[in-house]
Amino acid sequence: MKKNGRFLENFIHGVFLILGLITVGCVLLITVYLFISGIPAIREIGLIPFLSGTRWASTAAEPQYGILPFILTSVYGTAGAILLGVPAGFMTAVYLSKAAPPKLRSVMESCVSLLAGIPSVVYGLVGMLILVPGIRKLFNVPDGSSLFAAIIVLAIMILPSIIKVSVTALDAVPKEYEDASLALGATPVETWFRVSVPAAKSGIAAAVVLGVGRAIGEAMAVMMVSGNVPNMPGLFQSVRFLTTAVASEMSYSSGLQRQALFSIALVLFLFIMLINASLNFFLKRDKEV
Amino acid sequence: MKKTICIALVAVMTLALLAGCGSSGPAETAAPAAALSGTVATDGSTSMAKVIGALGESFMELNKDVTFTYNPTGSGSGIAAVSEGRCDIGLSSRALKDEEKASGLRETVLALDGIAVIVNPENSVSDLDLETIAKIYTGEITNWSEVGGNDAAIVLIGREAGSGTRDGFESITGTKDSCKYRQELTSTGDVITTVSQNPDAIGYASLASVKDSVKALSVNGVAPSEDSVKDGSYLIQRPFVLVTREGSDLSAAAQAFFDYATSVDAAGIISAAGAVAVAK
Repeated sequence: MKKNGRFLENFIHGVFLILGLITVGCVLLITVYLFISGIPAIREIGLIPFLSGTRWASTAAEPQYGILPFILTSVYGTAGAILLGVPAGFMTAVYLSKAAPPKLRSVMESCVSLLAGIPSVVYGLVGMLILVPGIRKLFNVPDGSSLFAAIIVLAIMILPSIIKVSVTALDAVPKEYEDASLALGATPVETWFRVSVPAAKSGIAAAVVLGVGRAIGEAMAVMMVSGNVPNMPGLFQSVRFLTTAVASEMSYSSGLQRQALFSIALVLFLFIMLINASLNFFLKRDKEV
Repeated sequence: MKKTICIALVAVMTLALLAGCGSSGPAETAAPAAALSGTVATDGSTSMAKVIGALGESFMELNKDVTFTYNPTGSGSGIAAVSEGRCDIGLSSRALKDEEKASGLRETVLALDGIAVIVNPENSVSDLDLETIAKIYTGEITNWSEVGGNDAAIVLIGREAGSGTRDGFESITGTKDSCKYRQELTSTGDVITTVSQNPDAIGYASLASVKDSVKALSVNGVAPSEDSVKDGSYLIQRPFVLVTREGSDLSAAAQAFFDYATSVDAAGIISAAGAVAVAK
């Protein structure tokens, strides 16, 4: 009986190990595949012309593969979304964690969760039908599909991850810190911003990095509102992101064009790895403090 | 575990039911062939979705044991798929290039499709000649007032690189690689939606998919319609092509579908789907 039990225990350990290895295997497979299929085009085009070329014309008679417009668009778009989304998300998190009455908090938190659950194609559709014509009228530009529209959509899309992670971080601040601050005569608002927020700052930083990751990896929603023309980015220009560059041409591509799309995916992947590494950095620091 | 199997079974049965009683297309055309079975795999042009979908549906109605599949990947992918033997019949919304023919592929024109140049219904312009359309798309003309419309900047809507519709439009208007698009969208539906949202936009889309939400322009004074595409007076048109491999026989089921699609009987279905059949 006892022997049997141990066997079962080992067996289940083995099952868990295999399941875990499947995940690791997938990551490895994707990484290796991306490197293998992404590098040939970079070698053929040349790393410098590929990364710093300003013109993308993959199906022209003399094709040109410069992805600087995509890189800059992704960087600007993400930065813009962070600029709009982080203050809004951060303030919401402070309110939810410290000031909101419990009932209101639970309602608002379920709204935020719902926002996170909306498929990105729905964001894109609403953006296409409401935001884009709105921008056209409001700013009196010929067409509303632009970097600006994409930034707004992205800012809304990253709100849930920023709010949720920040709330968790703020909730974890020991109550004694805040009590001490209040006892010393600080007002509640002073306490939140001088005590709670600094104590939760690495968690909040992690929230921002998560937001960056979500924004830079989004394809569907921005494809529907950004216009998709490989221009150098400008606020009211029609632009193409790294993600949408891959998504919009993949279905019809062939030869070097297809390989170059894999190279774009590889560049995007490296960006994401960088973001993940910084996320790990923040989380680790959080643990050490 | 049992539950999952149960759900899967129910799903399969529902699908089977749907497949059985779906299609209400005109089925009383050709006489049913003698108990054909197997699969017909088609792959390619997204512009041909409506036509090939209708043909596949009525073909399956006639041959209950045949499974018909259509993989909407785009003309380029469809041609690649048939040449690599990954499907029976490739679908292309452009004529094959010489190098593709040289590699052992054969084209059979199934139908003709007009590419409509569309504007917002609010736009007062309703007729342009081919040359003006080319000038608009290459950025020589940038304001609607230059072609008799309101004083507003023209917003050029197009398709992504590699799209069959874009290739067709650009090669007919002679604007290859020189279009100054404001937006490059990835589907016909997106183009129509965008043009219907913006009073200053101009776009192009397969004639079959044009809806009332946009206005199709006349080209050189000829309005796009089935008749004007067929007699060639409407200039912006392209072929819908069935691509097969030279020298290797189709499976019995695929050959039956091929014959059916190119027969006179299928012409009604093709025109009901908005394209112009060429079978006589």
